Amino acid sequence: MLIRRAADIRPSEITSETLYWNRREWIAAAGAIGVAAMSPTSLSALGAARQQGPVARGTPYGLQPNDKPTPWEDVTNYNNFYEFGTGKDDPAQNAQEFTTRPWTVKVDGFVTKPADYQLEDFLKPHKLEDRIYRHRCVEAWSMVIPWRGFSLSEMLKRAEPTSQAKFVEFTTLLDPRRMPGQRSSVLDWPYIEGLRLDEAMHPLTLMVNGVYGRDLPNQNGAPLRLHVPWKYGFKSIKSIVRIRLVEKEPVNTWKVSQSSEYGFYANVNPEVDHPRWSQATERRIGEFLKRKTLMFNGYADQVASMYTGMDLRKNY
Amino acid sequence: MGTWTSEIVQQESKSVRDRIRAFREPRGFGVLLIVALCIPAALAIAGLLSDILAGTRYFGSNPVKEGEHFLGRWTLRLLVATLTITPLRHITGWNWLAKHRRTLGLFAFGYVTLHWIAYAFLDVQLDWGELKTDLLKRPYIFLGMTALALLVPLVVTSTKKMIRRLGGKRWNRLHKLVYIVTILGVIHYSMAVKQDLTYPLTYALVLAILYGWRLSRWSRKPAIGPSVA
Ligand code: HEM
Repeated sequence: MLIRRAADIRPSEITSETLYWNRREWIAAAGAIGVAAMSPTSLSALGAARQQGPVARGTPYGLQPNDKPTPWEDVTNYNNFYEFGTGKDDPAQNAQEFTTRPWTVKVDGFVTKPADYQLEDFLKPHKLEDRIYRHRCVEAWSMVIPWRGFSLSEMLKRAEPTSQAKFVEFTTLLDPRRMPGQRSSVLDWPYIEGLRLDEAMHPLTLMVNGVYGRDLPNQNGAPLRLHVPWKYGFKSIKSIVRIRLVEKEPVNTWKVSQSSEYGFYANVNPEVDHPRWSQATERRIGEFLKRKTLMFNGYADQVASMYTGMDLRKNY
Repeated sequence: MGTWTSEIVQQESKSVRDRIRAFREPRGFGVLLIVALCIPAALAIAGLLSDILAGTRYFGSNPVKEGEHFLGRWTLRLLVATLTITPLRHITGWNWLAKHRRTLGLFAFGYVTLHWIAYAFLDVQLDWGELKTDLLKRPYIFLGMTALALLVPLVVTSTKKMIRRLGGKRWNRLHKLVYIVTILGVIHYSMAVKQDLTYPLTYALVLAILYGWRLSRWSRKPAIGPSVA
């Protein structure tokens, strides 16, 4: 941890809403008595008070009886989005200035209708739905999130994949000027993810452009991201600029960085541990007691058949 | 001091250096240090209790993880602080710092204990199977536990009585374990982080400087002062 003095915490790191004043006082007090090296992560993250956020609406998909939507503040302040920093609250702070217009999405590879779309044209043909999904991070925490979007399959059908198309490869924007995290080589930029074509065509696989009924905040992957609810979160790539139909299995970024820990499939599986921690349980953000992790994150009935005969221990 | 500095610079800075060297221990420094070192722990305990019981977010959305990390980082800071006392003494001439090294060391142990409590009680929630798997199958946990275990004999022998009983020389040799504990701590840290090694490597660099300073002293001349540990 780099030692940072309280005085070095930029005002922008501390949320400015008056509701959060008690937090600022807390920081000031901590600084004054010489606790100079407190972690910015722990101090500047969120307000102390549980603030009333927007209300989640939408159709529940695969929710368990005790699943409640995770509050807006947590969904929008606890993010893994290394393009904007590796700390959980870095994206919420560093993505503020990120501009997402104009935005082009390239659809190419083995399709009969390749095209460069303006975002608006890319979205226009689709009816947006609000769907409440379970989200499980590979780091053993989870959320329940009301996304807004449409099935990726509808978009793919329009592009008309050819018979050579076996996989879909997604690419995040590469622009170190706008995405400060890309100035460090912590990952191999640009971020790449991929799905097998049948996974990509599965009706649960969602192209997302909103959350909680609003446009996606930058830190959540604006303006366009994926959500694959039965896979670990890193499969759900953010700020997508390219969708390419390919013949070979795409090489996804986390697999490149640490192939013993992160695979291509990354299906949620309580029986296959991450080398450094167990995947049998998870902590739901906002809850103290841990929950049991469900096979395919609770979507086994819908997706398990895609993997019959596969060794899920090898194909982690 | 500073064989690299020229005579002239030495002459000019003499008064400043003398003034630094003449700085005596402020009154009540020991007590102030103890109080200051209690503050992060107090904030951690209060913040975690409030977050877990009242749903606040002093430690963010995932208070257990964040609190665990917070306490781990303080452990490491204090271990490094114990190792900076001797170089600092030699550079500033503040020999009075020596007696506060024990405070820093004991607090390092206090923080690693809290770090372990956060891990075992709040994070793993006393799942015995999981605690066992962690210890045996996950090297970074094994290293952390080893570091904690190695600190125990140092805590036990931290009293004046124990120093007398062991004799200065043996006591000094035993307490060199701190070097190993801190290296283990840094390795544990670099294995615990997911991807970004910036901070662990910064610590490694600081350790390299501190250890390099000692090595160069040991190789050059016998130690001055009561102990160089
Ligand atoms: C001298 C001993 C130790 C030191 C210096 C130390 C220090 C640290 C540091 C600096 C971190 C990372 C904080 C961050 O990511 O910001 C950490 C994480 C962690 N430590 Fe320790 N630690 C020590 C002993 C232990 C022990 C005894 C245990 C438990 C048996 C333990 C369990 C953990 C765990 C579970 C994590 C979090 C890993 C994760 O979130 O994936 N540590 N420790």
